[in-house]
Amino acid sequence: MTEPLLSIEDLEVRFRTEDGEVAPVTGVDVSVAPGETVALVGESGSGKSVSSLAVMGLLPRPAGRVAKGRILYRTKAGETIDLAQASPDRVRRLRGAEIAMIFQEPMTSLNPVLTAGEQIAESVRLHLRLDRRGALRRAQEMLELVEIPAAAKRLHDYPHQMSGGMRQRVMIALAMACNPRLLIADEPTTALDVTIQAQILALIDRLRRETGMGVLFITHNLGVVAEVADRVAVMYAGRIVETGPVGDLFRHPRHPYTAGLLDSLPARATRGPDGRRHVRSIPGSLGRAAAIRDACAFAPRCDRVREECRRTAPPLEAIGVDRAARCLFWREM
Amino acid sequence: MSNPILAVDGLTKRFGRPPAQVRAVEDVSFTVAPGEVVGLVGESGSGKSTIGRLALRLVDPTAGTILFDGQDVSTLPERRLTPLRRRAQMIFQDPYASLNPRLRVSGILGEALAAHGLARGRRRERMAELLDLVGLPPEHLDRFPHEFSGGQRQRIGIARALAVEPGLIVADEPVSALDVSVQAQVLNLLQDLRARLNLAMLFISHDLDVVELLCDRVVVLYLGRVMEIGPTAEVAARPRHPYTRALLAASPKADPDGARIARLLKGDIPSPIAPPSGCVFRTRCPLAVEACARDVPPMHEAGDGHRFACLRDASEMREAA
Ligand SMILES: Nc1ncnc2c1ncn2[C@@H]1O[C@H](COP(=O)(O)OP(=O)(O)OP(=O)(O)O)[C@@H](O)[C@H]1O
Ligand SMILES: Nc1ncnc2c1ncn2[C@@H]1O[C@H](COP(=O)(O)OP(=O)(O)O)[C@@H](O)[C@H]1O
Ligand code: SF4
Ligand SMILES: [Mg+2]
Ligand SMILES: [Mg+2]
Repeated sequence: MTEPLLSIEDLEVRFRTEDGEVAPVTGVDVSVAPGETVALVGESGSGKSVSSLAVMGLLPRPAGRVAKGRILYRTKAGETIDLAQASPDRVRRLRGAEIAMIFQEPMTSLNPVLTAGEQIAESVRLHLRLDRRGALRRAQEMLELVEIPAAAKRLHDYPHQMSGGMRQRVMIALAMACNPRLLIADEPTTALDVTIQAQILALIDRLRRETGMGVLFITHNLGVVAEVADRVAVMYAGRIVETGPVGDLFRHPRHPYTAGLLDSLPARATRGPDGRRHVRSIPGSLGRAAAIRDACAFAPRCDRVREECRRTAPPLEAIGVDRAARCLFWREM
Repeated sequence: MSNPILAVDGLTKRFGRPPAQVRAVEDVSFTVAPGEVVGLVGESGSGKSTIGRLALRLVDPTAGTILFDGQDVSTLPERRLTPLRRRAQMIFQDPYASLNPRLRVSGILGEALAAHGLARGRRRERMAELLDLVGLPPEHLDRFPHEFSGGQRQRIGIARALAVEPGLIVADEPVSALDVSVQAQVLNLLQDLRARLNLAMLFISHDLDVVELLCDRVVVLYLGRVMEIGPTAEVAARPRHPYTRALLAASPKADPDGARIARLLKGDIPSPIAPPSGCVFRTRCPLAVEACARDVPPMHEAGDGHRFACLRDASEMREAA
């Protein structure tokens, strides 16, 4: 296997709040190799965004901090650095030049008073040291790269003049402008209609193939996971509970939560004795499970729970070469 | 078949005035039978919520008729809508915004009962029954909305809608904001309730899998117009309109062995202020021919109440799919 570009090891993130310290992320282990798409999937509040902000050095300061673990990134120069330990300045420079991020709502990350062309030009001027004209030309190329029709004209549009799908393309253009080696995409299609979502997924996938960048794709949608991912990391209550290649993981989940999630899909509904189709749901909700420390955080909702689960916090156990599960009884799955 | 509880015919809603007039709903006709669940699907701006609000007369139609229990309610003044307000209720997408944060659950349900003078003298008992119906314990009556999870709040929204024993519920994306594991709980609850209470539902969603699970029939909308209508299983298995096909192809399937990233529909949804002439879908349609720009396609019968609005022949469509 290729050496990973990013490898997050045993990450713990803490926030100071008015009610004391909270740790919404307590056990994240994920790696991304060049050219690979890894999906980070989990329900809302499971800690996906907090994990990605930690990688990007964008945790709100001073409230948030990496309390434990390493975020190893292999730079273009071949050096491996721990983003959790590196100086904020170093991380900021990498963020512009090698690692890029796109978000669910492009409106919040695009500057509303700059045209599409101006925002991209501004960014490439900083990172690629181009003059004004060169930067604008590059901006137009970037809009063409993300398949925006009539790019020369769209260069002069402001974000509010564009549809949600167009804005997402502009944000991708902005992210791609520095030729990133790693793209972190946090729910980039969640706010879009399915036909537009399909366009954006195809676009990100094309860019990945053409540039060989690694993609960490954050989503809560298992359908999207199946479409884009090579490997999957399932997150629950701040921890990775299972990882594996997408096909294996969908066909044979090794963690009761993954199995439950897959069974919750309406497409997997089965006909009940009343003749109606029912889905197998997971009882309860995520709630405050992240605070559970000395037991399995999924135990309150797990249909396989036993006494041990309430006494021991299960480790993330390797299963063969490329799978792992955080369940005491994964062998029985 | 029994008389429909809801029948809309030629329903049209325009907002604002030309030249900036939004054509939200154009010439929409369909029925909902008692106990039947009809899905409205389509992308953002296709007019789903507006149709739902028209059906409950929360907005006034620009043209067309709305028959509720056989009575034309399309032009009734507000003061004569009380019976409709009791027979038809709405559930919303956002379980956070739709409950008054200052009221306890008992206050929220009490308000709904009081509005129609129901369960006098046995309100508390009735409220506990309602919570039981949606799978919540009676102790929850004394809690405030913020003390509940998203799924629980949606249950409370459903209990409030059921308080008046409606015959029809308009559910506007009731599970879209919920995580899949919780969404499944609420979908199962809706399945149980419709069976137990013989509820009819107008179920609005952009998730075709959810619609396939819950709905007997489905209406596929694009830019305010009906593209296709029919029994859900039939429409899903043999879609006849190219838009329905595109929509089905674009919805991600949780099957890693399936074909990845489907054939794409090009471009964006046009503005509802200046929708394309003729067939509104033609600017994105892989099958469009010149005639599509001229005429609004009439509804073609495909049998068994399955109809679609496309000028092209179904056999040609099969090749392109
Ligand atoms: N009060 C209003 N004034 C002006 N335009 C409106 C109003 N309500 C809705 N519209 C417009 O009518 C069209 C249909 O809107 P509607 O909310 O019914 O769509 P929808 O299918 O429910 O979309 P979504 O999936 O985003 O909820 C849209 O173009 C919308 O902008
Ligand atoms: N700035 C913050 N201060 C305190 N808690 C936070 C902060 N940001 C996020 N959290 C908490 O961290 C948890 C994980 O959040 P998040 O990573 O955004 O979830 P996801 O992206 O998986 O939906 C949540 O419980 C959230 O409330
Ligand atoms: S450790 Fe126990 S409670 Fe946790 S997932 Fe495994 S079986 Fe369920
Ligand atoms: Mg998030
Ligand atoms: Mg709507």
